[in-house]
Amino acid sequence: MSVLEQISENLIKGKANDVKALVSQALTEGKKPADILNNGLLAGMSVVGARFKKNEVYVPEVLIAARAMKFGMEVLKPKLAEAGVQPIGTVVIGTVKGDLHDIGKNLVGMMLEGAGLRVVDVGINVESEKFIEAAKQNNATLIGVSALLTTTMTNMKGVVDALKASSLAGKAKIMVGGAPVTQAFCNEIGADGYAADAASAADLAKSLLKK
Amino acid sequence: MEKHRKRKVCERIAKQGVLVSDGAWGTMLQTMGLKPGDCPELWCLEHREKVLKVARDYVAAGADIIKTNSFGGTRFKLDMYGQGKRAAEINRAAAEISLEAAGTDRLVMASMGPTGKILVMGDVSEDDLFDVFSEQAVAFEKGGCDACLVETMSALDEAALAVRAVRQNTRLEIICTFTFELNSKGEYRSMMGVSPKDMAQAMIREGADIVGANCGNGMERMTEIVRQIRQAAPKCLVAINANAGLPVNLHGKTVFQETPEITAGFVPRVIAAGAAVIGGCCGTTPEHIAAISRVVHNRA
Repeated sequence: MSVLEQISENLIKGKANDVKALVSQALTEGKKPADILNNGLLAGMSVVGARFKKNEVYVPEVLIAARAMKFGMEVLKPKLAEAGVQPIGTVVIGTVKGDLHDIGKNLVGMMLEGAGLRVVDVGINVESEKFIEAAKQNNATLIGVSALLTTTMTNMKGVVDALKASSLAGKAKIMVGGAPVTQAFCNEIGADGYAADAASAADLAKSLLKK
Repeated sequence: MEKHRKRKVCERIAKQGVLVSDGAWGTMLQTMGLKPGDCPELWCLEHREKVLKVARDYVAAGADIIKTNSFGGTRFKLDMYGQGKRAAEINRAAAEISLEAAGTDRLVMASMGPTGKILVMGDVSEDDLFDVFSEQAVAFEKGGCDACLVETMSALDEAALAVRAVRQNTRLEIICTFTFELNSKGEYRSMMGVSPKDMAQAMIREGADIVGANCGNGMERMTEIVRQIRQAAPKCLVAINANAGLPVNLHGKTVFQETPEITAGFVPRVIAAGAAVIGGCCGTTPEHIAAISRVVHNRA
């Protein structure tokens, strides 16, 4: 098994320290940082995401894999920067105004990072305008909005409206998710995309960034 | 040393048969003016009379067991509203309010929800989780309630710590319910991947007197969950608090559309599957509980 395959395998198993050591080893062996990222770390996360979508694994497995990825990235990040490797895009994520839940949002953040995106997390109970401001400041072209409550999901429309009224209108897109959110609701409030789970959110983000 | 535990809920079931517990609290408080972003549990101190009204409405609807307005009452959750330091005061008040409504002939089970922290991520230590659950449980007991309802759990480790905290620090009877969803493979699993069977075995091992499910499903789907729990733990009493059906999106708002009659219509099946405590969760109202009560209490 090549060192990149070993990175993937260990990431899938959530062996954070092994992933970290293997990334160092791969660098020593002269592997390109982008190669280690794409064919090692991200390849592993993509397997975890696919298994999660099929209900073969659950949140804990995703969390420990994401943690292993984070360990690997600690070593890899400076090398990626040196090599001038850019993330495939930047996304701002947060939970809507009035809603203090963060597990789903954090999970989506991990899967987005696991898909190679730069993630700016603006936290919970976030005012609509703050999403837009953060997107401007970080040159993000995608905003991910989360809500767990039926009473707060309606605030997602506020984020859509705030984007429309801003200078980012037509440039940035909005994706929505959370337990009570549906595709129909997404269409109704005029958001650009809906994903049912964190792994699908990563796929959706990649496709929205390409458009 | 292990304290001698109260067994009022189990004893009442033995005497009276199936019991009815109450319905949703959060949505009831919202109709009284609780805004998204407000701390619901703080209302135990600041709007005591409104919280008391919810409890009284459920007593009037025929519930045998009344919950408390303390679902998010752990210090960790209250900290999000800057109220963590008042955890003991708030939870004690929550128990006292429901006790006042319950009088002498209804029982009170205090609601203890998840902290929102995830152990596998190292968000928090086991000791810290145990401590916040202990603090809440002790306050419940001081407030005079009969039992503690550890509910809406999804992780075995967190739920086990909650059950253990109640068991080691109080004499309260322990009811533990998880939230299960039907996955694409047709299996019921919690968000953290726990099956009804695994939940039941693990929570009974921790010392729960009654196990079961709440939220996530309407009464109809609870039948299968009860069946799976009873298969895994045939002797254990099972509690169910179901949503008013599955949420539907209507004009941009998510609503639970199941009428009291529809919810109550599934109750005989849930009883046949082996449930001993039946009540409501999200979207249910005193009307739902009254309908459930008619079915449960008027059985031949």
